[in-house]
Amino acid sequence: MKELALMKGNEAIAEAAIRAGVDGYFGYPITPQSEVMEYLMLQKPEERTGMVVLQAESEVASINMVYGAAGTGKKVMTSSSSPGISLMQEGISYIAGAELPCLIVNVVRGGPGLGTIQPSQADYFQSTKGGGHGDYRLIVLAPASVQEMADFVDLGFELAFKYRNPALILTDGLIGQMMEKVELSEQKERVSEFDQSWVTTGKTKERERNIITSLNLDPDLQYEHNLKLQAKYKSMDQDVMFEKIECGDADFLLVAYGSSARICQKVVEMARSKGLKVGLLRPQTLFPFPSEEIARMARKVKRMMAVELSAGQMVEDVQLAVNGKVPVTHYGMLGGKIHSPDDVLNEVEDKYIGGY
Amino acid sequence: MTEEIIIAGFGGQGVLSMGKILAYSGIMQDQEVSWMPSYGPEMRGGTANVTVILSDDRVSSPVLQSYDTAILLNQQSVDKFESMVKPGGLMIYDPNGITRHPERDDIRIFQVEATEEAVRMKSPITFNMVVLGAYIKVNPVVNFDNVIKGLRKSLPERHHHLIPINEKAIQRGMEIVKEAKLRTP
Amino acid sequence: MEVKEIIRPENLVYKRTPLLTDAYLSYCPGCGHGTVHRLIMEVVEEMGIQEDTIGIAPVGCSVLAYDFMDIDCSQAAHGRAPAVATGIKRLWPDKYVFTYQGDGDLAAIGTGETIHACNRGENITIFFVNNGIYGMTGGQMAPTTLEGMKSSTSPYGRNNETMGPPYKITELVAQLEGTHYVTRQAVHKPGPVRKAKKAIRKALELQKENKGLSFIEFVSNCNAGWKMTPNDSNIWMEENMFPFYPMGDIKVDGKLVNG
Repeated sequence: MKELALMKGNEAIAEAAIRAGVDGYFGYPITPQSEVMEYLMLQKPEERTGMVVLQAESEVASINMVYGAAGTGKKVMTSSSSPGISLMQEGISYIAGAELPCLIVNVVRGGPGLGTIQPSQADYFQSTKGGGHGDYRLIVLAPASVQEMADFVDLGFELAFKYRNPALILTDGLIGQMMEKVELSEQKERVSEFDQSWVTTGKTKERERNIITSLNLDPDLQYEHNLKLQAKYKSMDQDVMFEKIECGDADFLLVAYGSSARICQKVVEMARSKGLKVGLLRPQTLFPFPSEEIARMARKVKRMMAVELSAGQMVEDVQLAVNGKVPVTHYGMLGGKIHSPDDVLNEVEDKYIGGY
Repeated sequence: MTEEIIIAGFGGQGVLSMGKILAYSGIMQDQEVSWMPSYGPEMRGGTANVTVILSDDRVSSPVLQSYDTAILLNQQSVDKFESMVKPGGLMIYDPNGITRHPERDDIRIFQVEATEEAVRMKSPITFNMVVLGAYIKVNPVVNFDNVIKGLRKSLPERHHHLIPINEKAIQRGMEIVKEAKLRTP
Repeated sequence: MEVKEIIRPENLVYKRTPLLTDAYLSYCPGCGHGTVHRLIMEVVEEMGIQEDTIGIAPVGCSVLAYDFMDIDCSQAAHGRAPAVATGIKRLWPDKYVFTYQGDGDLAAIGTGETIHACNRGENITIFFVNNGIYGMTGGQMAPTTLEGMKSSTSPYGRNNETMGPPYKITELVAQLEGTHYVTRQAVHKPGPVRKAKKAIRKALELQKENKGLSFIEFVSNCNAGWKMTPNDSNIWMEENMFPFYPMGDIKVDGKLVNG
């Protein structure tokens, strides 16, 4: 019997975390994602599953609590919004360098600086290109519905442990604050067996001591470590995920993720009703990015348009994938303003007619 | 079927919770639903609005510029959203406190004197349920039984004793809603 | 007498602590870090808790502490060790978790994490080595550098007017409800070493009882950073550091000693 609920995206993440058997959540309040910790606290997860939820003194502290706990092999996570995620970058770099699995949720708001609390997708670069110092990547998941907010918690941990790498759910205030019907998964047991090849749970007689560190003073060793990381990031391509809507006969392709993808779904409906052959490719993973599929689509369509709530960030990855085969443009509102389907449709019609 | 609704009014009028009950009602009859509020400082004292979409198919954009139905509960909302109702669409408003009434003749406009009715029922907080009743009478996109089920799901257990009074308010709304007479024929 | 006759267990007066690894210590000869490492590992061994102990190394001279201690370790970002320890201890309440931090790490960049871990009363132990200087980066001024003391970023001596005075974070955390045992020790002579070891044992035993946070400051020397011979630095420490950072217990059983 499936369990249905009407929930905000932020609440769905919290409920899914409990059901995924997450061991610990460490966070700090910031709009528009405070519901995540509020919901967790209200649910008494220490009674439901034994999950620990702790309000830290800052995002800096919370990501380092995640670092410590992740090093013991437990399933741990944090959530924040743009300014808080910026504060976490040092810790995220350490977690990536030390190759620890964890889940980070960024409910993006408009920036730069304190910016606005309204939705934005302007943290794409930060999320997919590293964010902190050093050559590293996060696994980046981009939910476009409350259902995916819930589903991607489990998926995020699955991938994080598969690659021993931090996974990030990149969403925004629109999906976070929106309520939708969500089908909740079964309660999973919390994990009680830990991979003794790397966790710091105490050195037993059966094994050597384990060290969680991102430090390597010997450049040769650090070089080797970087090569290993890069090979790992490359191998993540096998887990790329995307959705195609009305792409079969499309000659104009929209590329959008998360909230913009929802808006573009409507644009496709509206354009189709006007006889325009518009399709939508929605990356569900932003790292790995569906470059191969976009390159394939570049041989079929006449034009592409990346639609993002930013000045144009993902469009660069689309352009790299397309490699000049067809024109690629960007459309999107900035700074917390949201484009409506009508806005996007106007731009599509303009480019559609203007293009050919 | 897809029904795209905007509900707007003052913060504290129960705009968001009315939307939530409507969304729950949709779930009760196996519809896909989305509920998208304006959030942030706007929540505090100023105007509040929520977009509710009920559909037999997957819901696309929760952000809209035109609506099938607008439920408008103060002057600012009437001023802002009247023009955003799709031609042939529906508007329901409470004339209480309205000095500039809606004027469009390409949509159906209904009035529900919910403020007065809720006061008459000695239960001003059921104001939003009177409005909800008016809506499901004019456009039965969700049926009464499912609305009551939605109400039950939406209210926390400790407020379940309020269900009968809310149910009554919904019924009153269904009874008193009336087509607005436009000043200019 | 044959050599073989001398090497007998009953003649043993000193041996390597089994829980210190064979790695060469990266500390300057004369530095107190090695002694503190040894004492902690001796206590871990004597308590038989190696399998249940997790140490957190800081950024600073002791960044490589994990190379020397034969226990599971996590290396924290600069100043964040108490947060890292919190994450581990909250999910593994039965383990012994300690941080090992210097003055720059604990009392400058990590002040927030230090204060809040202490205030929450995390059941961890903080070992704080205070030598009044940033040793690893080449002898810059620390939050604990004494007034008038020269460093590479206070080459004419610390000016309290413009640089702020040194502060006693140990007395400060003792004020917080979450700390249970707060003490200041030294390791430059056999007597203080014995006392320091007792303090370490007490602190780790308290973790078992879930009493709250134990905080041990070790006032130590930095002969390289202070530009002195090891012996001179220890004399200078006794004459200058100890009057400002007095030895002894500050809080015991959750109560201030001079409260």
